[in-house]
Amino acid sequence: MLELGADTMRGVPWPSNGLTEIPFRVYTDPEQYRLEQERIFKGPTWSFLCLASEIAKPGDYVATTIGETAVIVTRDGKGGINAFPNKCVHRGNLLCLERQGSVKEIRCIYHGWTYDLTGKLTGVAFERGVKRQGGMPPEFRKDEHDLAPLRVAELAGLVFGSFRSDAPDLESYLGPQVIGGIRRVLNRPAKILGRSTQVLPNNWKLYAENTKDTYHASILHSFLTTFRINRLSMPGGIHIDDSGGHHFSQAKLDYAAEDADYKREGLRSDTDLRLEDPSVIESVDEYGDSVSVQILTIFPNMILQQIRNTIAVRAIRPRGFDKTELDWIHLGFEDDDEAMTERRLRQGNLVGAAGYIAMEDGCVGGFVQRALRFNDDDSGVVMMGGYDAQSQPFRSSEAAIRGFWKKYRALTGD
Amino acid sequence: MDDVVVRLGVHELIAAYVDCIDEDRLEEWPDFFVEQCRYLITSRPSHEAGLPHGVVYAASRGMLVDRVTALRRANIFEPHRYRHIVGPIRVEGIDATVAQAHSNFIAVRIMHDGEMNLFAAGRYLDRIDLTSKPYRFIERLVVLDSQKIDTLLVIPL
Repeated sequence: MLELGADTMRGVPWPSNGLTEIPFRVYTDPEQYRLEQERIFKGPTWSFLCLASEIAKPGDYVATTIGETAVIVTRDGKGGINAFPNKCVHRGNLLCLERQGSVKEIRCIYHGWTYDLTGKLTGVAFERGVKRQGGMPPEFRKDEHDLAPLRVAELAGLVFGSFRSDAPDLESYLGPQVIGGIRRVLNRPAKILGRSTQVLPNNWKLYAENTKDTYHASILHSFLTTFRINRLSMPGGIHIDDSGGHHFSQAKLDYAAEDADYKREGLRSDTDLRLEDPSVIESVDEYGDSVSVQILTIFPNMILQQIRNTIAVRAIRPRGFDKTELDWIHLGFEDDDEAMTERRLRQGNLVGAAGYIAMEDGCVGGFVQRALRFNDDDSGVVMMGGYDAQSQPFRSSEAAIRGFWKKYRALTGD
Repeated sequence: MDDVVVRLGVHELIAAYVDCIDEDRLEEWPDFFVEQCRYLITSRPSHEAGLPHGVVYAASRGMLVDRVTALRRANIFEPHRYRHIVGPIRVEGIDATVAQAHSNFIAVRIMHDGEMNLFAAGRYLDRIDLTSKPYRFIERLVVLDSQKIDTLLVIPL
C-alpha cells in the first residue's frame, strides 16, 4: 500500500531502459530520496534490523531505522521477534529513545500509553477520566489502536523486517544462492566483538554501489595490491540473484597470482612495501574452502563481509539525500579461542572507518557527491563486464552495480 | 621514585605525543611506545560494554609503523591535520616501573581547504613505562566519547 501521494510521485527520468546509464540526479534530488523512502525502504523489500542475539531475552529491544523510518524490534515473552514503528499511535511520540534496552512493556513517556512487547496497546492513562470527568469516549477501543506490526524474519541470526504484506517471504526474496552465501559465513553462533558508526558525506546509494563494485577494490584501495590481498587476478566471481538486488562476490587466496593486469595498466602499485608486523593479514582458512574474501549485499541496506577472518555486518542507514550512517557490527564466533579472537582483532585494522582497505570508501562517495553539486544533468556509465546483471566468473565487472539498478528501477517504477 | 619527577615526565610524554601528531612528524609516533605495546581506539559505548574490537588496534610497535607507512604510501584521503587539546592530566598508581595516567582530549580536524570541525573528543587511558628515558607508553587506550566517526580516521589520535 503506497501512502497517500506516493503513487503520484515522479522519479528522476532515466535516459534509457538499459542498466548502463545512471542519471546523476538520483544521488542529488531530494524528491527522489523521498520516493525511495516509500517505494524502496517501505516498499516490498526486506531490510536488516539487528542481530537476533541483540534481543536474546524476553523484553529486549533494539530501536533502529528502515530507511529513515524509526522502528523498534522486540523479543516477546513467548520468544517471538516483533517489529513496529517507533511511534506512539496517540500523538506520534518516539517510544524508545535508547538504541537498545530491556523492558517489561513499552510505555510512551508523553501521555503514558503502554504497549506489550508485540505492539498491542494495553493501557491509556486516565482512559476513564479523572473523577469521572474527561477520559476517552466509550467508542474508543484500544484494540483498534495497536502498533502496526512489520513482518519479521530471521535467517542465520540476522533479523529482517518489511513494511509490506505483499513482499515475498525472506527466503524467496533472497534466493537460494545468496542464502547459501549467508549461511557459509554465519555457520555457527556469532558473538559481537565491537561496533562503530561511520558517517558518510554522501547519498546512501553511492555506498550501496561501492559494496557491489568489484572493479574499484584493487584500484582505490592500494593497500590491497601493495600487500598482495584481493587481486583481480585471483580466482573468484560474482553471484547475482535473479532480481539483481542481492549479490556476493568471492575471491580465493592465491599469492602466486600474476599481477600482469597492473603492470600493463601502469596503475599505482608499490610492491616494495612490506609490513613490519604482518599479523594484520595473517589469517586461517576457517571455512576450509580457500575463499579469503566474500562481500555479500542484501538490497537495500545490508552487507555481510568476510575479509579473511574479519566478519562484519554493515547496515546502511540513510540520513538525508547527502548523508549516510554506516553501522558496523564486528563479529567473532562463540567457539573462537583466544588466538582466534586476537587474530580477528588484528585483522580488524583492515576494515571500518580506519580500515586499511576500507577507509577510502568513506571519502570517495563524498567526492562524487561534491562533484555532482549543480552538475548532475548527465549520467554515469557502468559498462564494465557487459550490459546485464548476470553472475560472472570474474570480478573486473560492474554487473552487480547494474543488478542494483535493475532492482531499484523495478521498485521505483520509473 | 620521586612522584614529582614522574609526574613531570608523564606530562612531557603526553604533550610531546600530541605535538608529534599535530606537527605531522608521524614517523616518530611509534617511538612513543614500547616494543610490546597496545594501542586501541574505541568508543565509550564499546569500552563500557567490554567489547574488544578497536577502530584501530595495534599490539606491537611494528603495527604502529605500518599505520604510518600505509598513511604515507598506500591510503587515499584528503589532506588534513589535527590540533589536539589535552586537558589536565591525572597521574595515578605510580610504582617502581609503571605509572597510570588519564587525560581528556579534543581533536579538531583541519581540512586542506581550511574547513575545521571537532573531529573527536575522548579520554586517554595510559599505562606508562618509567624505565625508559624518555618514558614510553605500554598501553594507550583512546576512548572516544562518540561511536560516530566522520568519513574516515587515518591520522592517529
